[in-house]
Amino acid sequence: MTTFIVRRLLLLPLIVLGVSLIIFSLFQILGPDKLLASYVNPNVFDKLTNVELEALKEKYGLNKPFVERYGKWLYNALKGDLGWSQVGKEPVLKAIWSRFPYTLELALYALLPVVGVGIWLGVAAAVNRDKFLDHFIRIVAIIGWSFPDFVFGLLVLMIFYSVLGWFPPGNLSQWAEEIIKSPSYLKVTHILTIDALINGRFDIFWDALRHIIGPVLTLSFLWWAYLLRITRSSMLEVLSKEYVRTARAKGVPEREVIHKHAKRNAMIPVVTVAGAMVIGLLSGTVIIEVIFNRTGIGRLAAEAAVQLDYATVLGSTLFYSTLLVLGNLIIDILYAVFDPRVRLG
Amino acid sequence: MSELKKQNTEFKRIVRKIFKNPSAVLGFSLLIFFVLVAIFAPLIAKPINPMMLDDHGNPTKLDNPYIMPIITWSSEPVPPSAEHPFGMIQGRDIFYGVVWGTRTAFYIGLTVTIISTIFGIIIGSISGYYGGWVDEILMRITDIFMSIPFLLAAMVLTTILGNGLDKVMIAMTVFGWMGAARLIRANILQVKEEQFVLAAKALGVKDFFIILRHILPNTIFPVLIQASMRMGSLVITAAGLSFLGLGAPLGYADWGSMLNFTRNWILGTSGSTFSYWYAVFYPGMAMVLFVLAWNLVGDALRDVFDPRLK
Repeated sequence: MTTFIVRRLLLLPLIVLGVSLIIFSLFQILGPDKLLASYVNPNVFDKLTNVELEALKEKYGLNKPFVERYGKWLYNALKGDLGWSQVGKEPVLKAIWSRFPYTLELALYALLPVVGVGIWLGVAAAVNRDKFLDHFIRIVAIIGWSFPDFVFGLLVLMIFYSVLGWFPPGNLSQWAEEIIKSPSYLKVTHILTIDALINGRFDIFWDALRHIIGPVLTLSFLWWAYLLRITRSSMLEVLSKEYVRTARAKGVPEREVIHKHAKRNAMIPVVTVAGAMVIGLLSGTVIIEVIFNRTGIGRLAAEAAVQLDYATVLGSTLFYSTLLVLGNLIIDILYAVFDPRVRLG
Repeated sequence: MSELKKQNTEFKRIVRKIFKNPSAVLGFSLLIFFVLVAIFAPLIAKPINPMMLDDHGNPTKLDNPYIMPIITWSSEPVPPSAEHPFGMIQGRDIFYGVVWGTRTAFYIGLTVTIISTIFGIIIGSISGYYGGWVDEILMRITDIFMSIPFLLAAMVLTTILGNGLDKVMIAMTVFGWMGAARLIRANILQVKEEQFVLAAKALGVKDFFIILRHILPNTIFPVLIQASMRMGSLVITAAGLSFLGLGAPLGYADWGSMLNFTRNWILGTSGSTFSYWYAVFYPGMAMVLFVLAWNLVGDALRDVFDPRLK
């Protein structure tokens, strides 16, 4: 177990390095001229003469061979210098860190309903196999699975914001934004809802919650459908096992058979798909943050992509990939903990 | 002759099994419906330009039917009417966009799925068949590609190549082959040690032919099922990129970019945005039904060919 974790931890920087190499190489398709444009203020760039341009290319090493350029970039990156973010108007690393709590808050809030509702409904569907409830849950699930997140998000905005006025877009209302900026407001975690509770400001907590419900609903809808399907099929398989029949024959109450004997074993395949889910939730934040106008790494990346902000795109992609690899590692460990039959070599 | 007959009954058995399942029937019907809409698009929504009249005062034909014609210069959404049953947005007929968008969706989905699956099959076959360090290297590369979230990866490559539908398709292909590669590799590892493969090897058959003639036919079905289930999510991703403004050019008959028009109107200040429901509903529903069709078909195929996964 320990060797497995250590080996995976050692592999982690290699994978991140590989990701950086791929993304970095892709950017080389742009060629030195376009790459240079992303280093220089656009207003200045248009007025430069050819001689000045060549000098700048020399300065940033854009005429150097690929290996040298990558090495230079990597050296700076390891020092924590990922370049200047034109979209964020601050260094890339700082831009990412300052936005990370927002994205984390969104993903964590979305994870709760996904896991809770998804597993609960999956078990309910399996127990009531081929009855009305089962068919109903499955139909809703497959429709949910087919809903593009941005279509669902637009519908949520239209109904809950435009018509009902319940869940406005953005992070906070204007008045709460003002209070948060004041120096007397404690920022411990930088997670809006938690900070509000620490400060004892329930009005801000409520406001932050109102703003996050819409995005959370959108982000989780698709994935609870997915989790539900996996839970259902896994539960059905377990329910047909010998030991479940034995438990029933012994006269164990049905409730206990389902929740103690069957559910625990049915959870094992569910943990394995959690990896796909983490990837999905993370990628999902990109579009959700754009639709709901929320601050976060996803929107930073999307805006940077549209404006061809080289450094920011590279930085945020690396950040997302690192999160993803870490998430998968944690899930693999959990998997081994859940299922002693799994041997980690 | 009897071999043919056997295959025929097997085929009949599969068809019968599919048609016993109501959700599979729904999936195939939806798919056939979309295929018909795509084929007969020029008849359902005529590609004419009402703003450009010819010498006789008749509207001219569109040069490129995939660029939605501008009908009025007012960009505000116009509610459905007899002439424009789905309403208008940004001066363009939503019905026209939904109909021609079907072709776009098929075009993107099929092209990306087919090319990336073939690429995945090649990588996976080499990796699984040769094993050893070739396998190790190819699989680590696969791991790295899988560590970049798909949407983000497609987004990055699209911006680098320059916006456009073809760029979106290239980007999704470059980052979309890993699933197929892993699946085919795992299957080949199972089949590789079977007698018929060893026999072919002993007879001196070339590796390429062993993979193509003996191994692939025995491992291809799960890959095809996986591909059909991926169609839906690929179309969603492509539409998502168009929605972000990276994919199809302005005014292209594409469901995602039509919703991009709508976004600005919904986030607008007025409280009456719900009156623009049709601008979200029709392109959105077209997309949901299209993806639903592929998911149902994928489910049905999986149930028939791989009962273990049910």
